[in-house]
Amino acid sequence: MPASTLTKHRATVRSTVVLKAIMAITGLVMIGFLLAHMAGNLWVFAGREEFNDYAHHLRTLGEPMLPHKVLLWALRIGLLLSVVLHVYSAITLWKRAHVASARKGGTRYHTSKGQRGVQRSYASFTMRYGGIVITLFVIYHLLHFTGNQIHPGGASSSPYDRVVNGFEIWWVWLSYVIAMVAIGLHLRHGLWAAAASLGANTSPRRRRQLNTGAITIAVVITVGFLLPPTLILFGGIS
Amino acid sequence: MTGSGDTSKDMDLKLRVWRQRGPKDDGAMVEYDVPAVSPDMSFLEMLDVLNERLTLEDDDPIAFDHDCREGICGACGVVINGIAHGPEVTTTCQLHMRSFTDGDVIDIEPWRSGSFPVVKDLVVDRGSLDRIIQAGGYISAPTGTAPDAHAVPVPKDDADAAFDAATCIGCGACVAACPNGSAMLFTAAKITHLGLLPQGQPERDSRVLDMVGQHDAEGFGGCSQIGECTAVCPKGISLSTISRLNVDLLGALRSTYAK
Amino acid sequence: MTADSYHVVGEPIRDTKAPAGDIKDRWDTRRFEAKLVNPANRRKLSIIIVGTGLAGASAAATLGEAGYQVTSFCYQDSPRRAHSIAAQGGINAAKNYRNDGDSIYRLFYDTVKGGDFRSRESNVYRLAQTSVEIIDQCVAQGVPFAREYGGLLDNRSFGGVQVSRTFYARGQTGQQLLIGAYQALERQVAAGTVDMHTRHEMLELIIVDGKARGVIVRDMVSGEIESHFADAVVLATGGYGNVFFLSTNAMGCNVTANWRAHRKGALFANPCFTQIHPTCIPVSGDYQSKLTLMSESLRNDGRIWVPKAKGDARPAADIPEEERDYYLERIYPAFGNLVPRDIASRAAKNVCDEGRGVGPGGLGVYLDFADAIARLGLASVEAKYGNLFDMYAKITGENPYQTPMRIYPAVHYTMGGLWVDYDLQSTIPGMFVTGEANFSDHGANRLGASALMQGLADGYFVLPNTINDYLADGPFVPVDETHPAAIEAKQLVEDRIATFLAINGSRTVDSFHKELGQIMWDYCGMERTDEGLRTAIAKIRELKAEFWRDVKVSGVNEELNQTLERAGRVADFIELGELMCIDALDRRESCGGHFRAESQTEDGEAMRDDENFAYVAAWGYGGEDGKPILHKEALEYEYVEMKQRSYK
Repeated sequence: MPASTLTKHRATVRSTVVLKAIMAITGLVMIGFLLAHMAGNLWVFAGREEFNDYAHHLRTLGEPMLPHKVLLWALRIGLLLSVVLHVYSAITLWKRAHVASARKGGTRYHTSKGQRGVQRSYASFTMRYGGIVITLFVIYHLLHFTGNQIHPGGASSSPYDRVVNGFEIWWVWLSYVIAMVAIGLHLRHGLWAAAASLGANTSPRRRRQLNTGAITIAVVITVGFLLPPTLILFGGIS
Repeated sequence: MTGSGDTSKDMDLKLRVWRQRGPKDDGAMVEYDVPAVSPDMSFLEMLDVLNERLTLEDDDPIAFDHDCREGICGACGVVINGIAHGPEVTTTCQLHMRSFTDGDVIDIEPWRSGSFPVVKDLVVDRGSLDRIIQAGGYISAPTGTAPDAHAVPVPKDDADAAFDAATCIGCGACVAACPNGSAMLFTAAKITHLGLLPQGQPERDSRVLDMVGQHDAEGFGGCSQIGECTAVCPKGISLSTISRLNVDLLGALRSTYAK
Repeated sequence: MTADSYHVVGEPIRDTKAPAGDIKDRWDTRRFEAKLVNPANRRKLSIIIVGTGLAGASAAATLGEAGYQVTSFCYQDSPRRAHSIAAQGGINAAKNYRNDGDSIYRLFYDTVKGGDFRSRESNVYRLAQTSVEIIDQCVAQGVPFAREYGGLLDNRSFGGVQVSRTFYARGQTGQQLLIGAYQALERQVAAGTVDMHTRHEMLELIIVDGKARGVIVRDMVSGEIESHFADAVVLATGGYGNVFFLSTNAMGCNVTANWRAHRKGALFANPCFTQIHPTCIPVSGDYQSKLTLMSESLRNDGRIWVPKAKGDARPAADIPEEERDYYLERIYPAFGNLVPRDIASRAAKNVCDEGRGVGPGGLGVYLDFADAIARLGLASVEAKYGNLFDMYAKITGENPYQTPMRIYPAVHYTMGGLWVDYDLQSTIPGMFVTGEANFSDHGANRLGASALMQGLADGYFVLPNTINDYLADGPFVPVDETHPAAIEAKQLVEDRIATFLAINGSRTVDSFHKELGQIMWDYCGMERTDEGLRTAIAKIRELKAEFWRDVKVSGVNEELNQTLERAGRVADFIELGELMCIDALDRRESCGGHFRAESQTEDGEAMRDDENFAYVAAWGYGGEDGKPILHKEALEYEYVEMKQRSYK
């Protein structure tokens, strides 16, 4: 008996509940990053010098306590780990759900009715495909602003110029809008689900509060990220 | 026996029903016209009437699970127009035809889940839910060992909340409605019921570890907090039971591995 | 007394296991005198238990835990769905937590009196004693009974008794108790002591050397006919109210296991004792498949009435106060709307027979809450009865806050069942019967909140203490499929199934079942007469012949075939229906749920005849076309004085 119980408990370590907890924690880490990133982006309104200073300071963060870029890399590794775990959990759960819901091809139920469910939010439909969109965007985004490998609108060593040059092009702006909306939707359901998965949904009233909170934070992050590029496109910043 | 009082409100309906001869056969949606349906009929009585006709026409009657027909045994349950148990939040047996209108086309399908294999037509095998209970959904209290019922008082709020969770009828609508095919609401209802009572404390950790382990071993999906389960649950089991399960599980893992 | 043309009289029967002595000590005496089985030997002994309701699941869990090898069967897809789950009201126990004068003796007294002196004193006393342990057991299992703010268990008064001894879990007590027993059962399944077979229906009993040694079951998914063997067989198969087609029983409830055992030699006791519950939702059309009970508690505040004039079809609201007949208050001024179930039911039938019924077909009476709402306020009525009102609205589409509810009596419980002795053993050695399936504790009428008590008493506490006495002589000689008795029983089942499938007639199984139900309701329902019962017997015999000539069962055996399942059940119900009428015909007295029009007082109340009918009628099977054999077990009352009930 003890041996089999232990095996069962080991299996529970890899259970859906634990995977969901991992997704929740890593998701919250990334949301923390997004809030900081969004706040940092708003430096663009302060002007070229201040924004470039901010971008530079990211690299000297933690100095002189820590050597150059160490904290930045620590944060980067932490984020990368979060992304990997988040995506790994998502794919594992996705596969399970596919089998568990007995989907053959794309359909589970043959009827064309009731496909939107009883009460589920639109955002809850977008989690998996939204996740793919966000992943693709992040790769593009890193190549553009962090690595400086691609530079629509013209290369520059000044982060400020890269931002302004890029967002003056309508399709760069549009791709950014699409990604930010995807992130907004992802956060609207993801934040609530993360909180609930970690045990915060203790009553129907708390469920409403958590959903309101999730919507608020999703909107703040989406709007916050969209403000600078939109103003750039429409000539508010140059 | 008397006929229904007012036949002027009777409806003509078209059904599209999932027919599948056996577990290994392919199934398909088959159309049936059902005329003169009284709005006072229950949904299952409407199927009874159709089955009587199919029998006399040498057709195979539609198999569906049902027993108490008063919404408590949990045997019945089909997906009606894409919604588990249909448009009202109740069991299929308590759904009445007055929820439909003349000329409606009604699609009827079985609970669809990898862990609920179809037995025939609308009948599925829900043995996986019993096995989750077997894994730990109980309090070990051999007959005769019990202390006096008043030996341990239980705060009324806890007793009431435990009761709310304990009203689960094990119908499986939560699984059928869950986009991930998760049985987490079912599992969490039992965790909550027993975990809120003082009698349930000694086995609280092992219960959640074993039940979740079994839930996953049965092939059910994970919970994404979408909430479709609780929205179709005939007994209104709260989604917050799942938060409770998660806290219990993570706590149990911590204490197991801290040892 | 001479035997009428429908039956013959056999030898009297006696319960040889009940000890003598002071009634308080009898259960202790029996437990002491019964042989025990050494725990090491239990592993070598096997028990088959059919049915997983309160009586079956609790027995399987307890006997599995004790160390026996248990094999359990249920026809449902999960043991949790057995119909005990639908019981609403509560469970009685003589805890006297209220300090209101209750005691084991009072519960015993109330139950004997409520059963109208047709039950055994010894059995009922043991039931009352055991009731106390049941509550402890269920609480330990985590049954969430209603509690008070102090954290202690709440009680209510139920079914007109003057003490509060009913424990409850909102209106779902049966569900919570069954889930408790089911969880205990599943724990034993996991431990490997109980081998659970769902979607298996018992179709025949195997008797070897005079002992019950096994059952033939049909796997309802594959159609396979399987033989299972054990040292003892327990039937916990419930009641037979579905003989009326319309009842509050689940659709699958049936008498087949019991009837097959009866045909193999088990006596069937008091089959005509049927409880008809007064507050059910009336029939709305001929498609109706079952009836739904509304809790009796509604009669605490609702007033029951019909129009004074025959055929008054006006809506309730348009009938002025002076044209309404509050007939229970008029006839029974002392008890009014709270008269016992049988009296309320019969009164409703009488006013409807006079043509004053309301609703579709004139089969209903009003249960009006207008006064209660005016007196207590809408909110208060909603708090008390909200869930019941919602249920009513869901089923009927009417709003009971605005228009009076319509109610009508419906068959609810059967007090009769297979005859058992004090050990719950039938007349076939090695076959035990528990719960509603046996006849022993409720006499001619069951009190509210006593069915759950009896099911759990039998399964948790009585059977596990008495079955040892029989098993101590085992293990018996091994038996397998090759034994002639097993081959014969299996052949019987296969032939019967083949016959059903071959008839290919022109009528559906349900049409026969509905016709049988109508005959039973008309002639063997709330009021029975000599002439009516004779008519019924003739009609049932005709129906039986037509059934075997003209029933249509589609499909094949080797698949899930719900029509085939029903055909077998209806065939047995037809035979049982005839026996019920014969029993009702023999009992020329009125008692409890059995009202013979010939035996009533001047003002129309039931009149018992203790001189001639203070016996249990235990019927032996008389063969396919033979006459049933009546064995009488005399009932003696040492502790409770026999009195006529009066509720005027």
